[in-house]
Amino acid sequence: MKLLDFFKRGGSAPVARERLQVLLAYERNNRNQPDLVAVLREEIIAVIAKHVQVNQDDVKITMDRGATTSTLEIDIHIPNAGIKAAAAI
Amino acid sequence: MGKVVVVTSGKGGVGKTTSTAALGAVLAQSGKKVVLIDFDVGLRNLDLVMGAERRVVFDLVNVTQGQAKLAQALIRDKRVESLFLLPASQTRDKDALTEEGVAGVINALRDKFDYVLCDSPAGIERGAQLAMRFADEAVIVTNPEVSSVRDSDRIIGLLDSKTLKAEKGERVTKHVLVTRYDAGRAARGEMLSIDDVLEILSVPLLGIIPESQGVLRASNVGSPVTLNEPTNAAARAYADAAKRLEGEDVPMVTPVEKKGLLNRLLGRRVA
Ligand SMILES: Nc1ncnc2c1ncn2[C@@H]1O[C@H](COP(=O)(O)OP(=O)(O)O)[C@@H](O)[C@H]1O
Ligand SMILES: [Mg+2]
Repeated sequence: MKLLDFFKRGGSAPVARERLQVLLAYERNNRNQPDLVAVLREEIIAVIAKHVQVNQDDVKITMDRGATTSTLEIDIHIPNAGIKAAAAI
Repeated sequence: MGKVVVVTSGKGGVGKTTSTAALGAVLAQSGKKVVLIDFDVGLRNLDLVMGAERRVVFDLVNVTQGQAKLAQALIRDKRVESLFLLPASQTRDKDALTEEGVAGVINALRDKFDYVLCDSPAGIERGAQLAMRFADEAVIVTNPEVSSVRDSDRIIGLLDSKTLKAEKGERVTKHVLVTRYDAGRAARGEMLSIDDVLEILSVPLLGIIPESQGVLRASNVGSPVTLNEPTNAAARAYADAAKRLEGEDVPMVTPVEKKGLLNRLLGRRVA
């Protein structure tokens, strides 16, 4: 146990409560509708793919859902050759 | 080539998910590359126990159905570099996983990792059978209690007949991990003893994990007990079990009841 945790002993339940609230708020919202972040992810990648050739392997997606906001990071490595090829179309 | 280990039990609530997280984390901490796969489709929980629930983008079903690349679905642990999680899907479709799909994922992971730990769903149906299908080894999580031991026995039967290894005439290496062991109740003869469990199942013992409040605290904060409180009795027992899984010869310690003075006066147990 970390020293800080020691002084906050018995303090793990509030952490559990907070984590669950964030998670369940998200899951309840998404139960009967498409996952907004998933929709964004797909549409963003589709738009980029229209202009440059992207290899699925070069797309890195990370997410962090927070209580009030979430972050979606889409990291795409675009080969320079890909830009030229698409621009020629 | 890595080892594929299924963590299974038949019965629910015995400690499979807790054990997958705890064993995986110590193995990774000792330098192994480890991936944990949650096979509990529809009821995923390993992400919560690992504290990765906010970071799930893709899941096992997405990968088997080609909606995501394996590398995109793996979540790297924030505490241990070489530890990864492949989350289960929340879909209600029980048949979302196919044997071919799972074979593809496991074969790809086996090439890149030292350990592929498969957290099985409860039961003896399709989901549990898929989780064990490609295993080289099995950790059979058992509580010292009649219904758990009986279910473990049925799981052993499946490991010996329904796995790929069994069908090829080979054997899945089996280990029993006794969890939620309550030394006080064992001393009072209220619980099956370790010897009883081993004699009935006749599978070698991987470890004895005591019942401990530390396990609950760890799951509250989303960290495997072996990382959250490494000196906790359950964490130490998991660390020893991980060494045995690695082939090390670590003496087995049967947990004994520890009573502080105050607790002794109050007649309470401590963990
Ligand atoms: N050694 C232990 N001491 C105390 N509680 C435990 C222990 N192992 C598991 N638990 C608790 O038991 C419950 C079920 O554990 P879990 O790992 O989810 O089981 P399973 O995956 O087999 O269904 C959880 O609440 C967990 O925190
Ligand atoms: Mg579980």
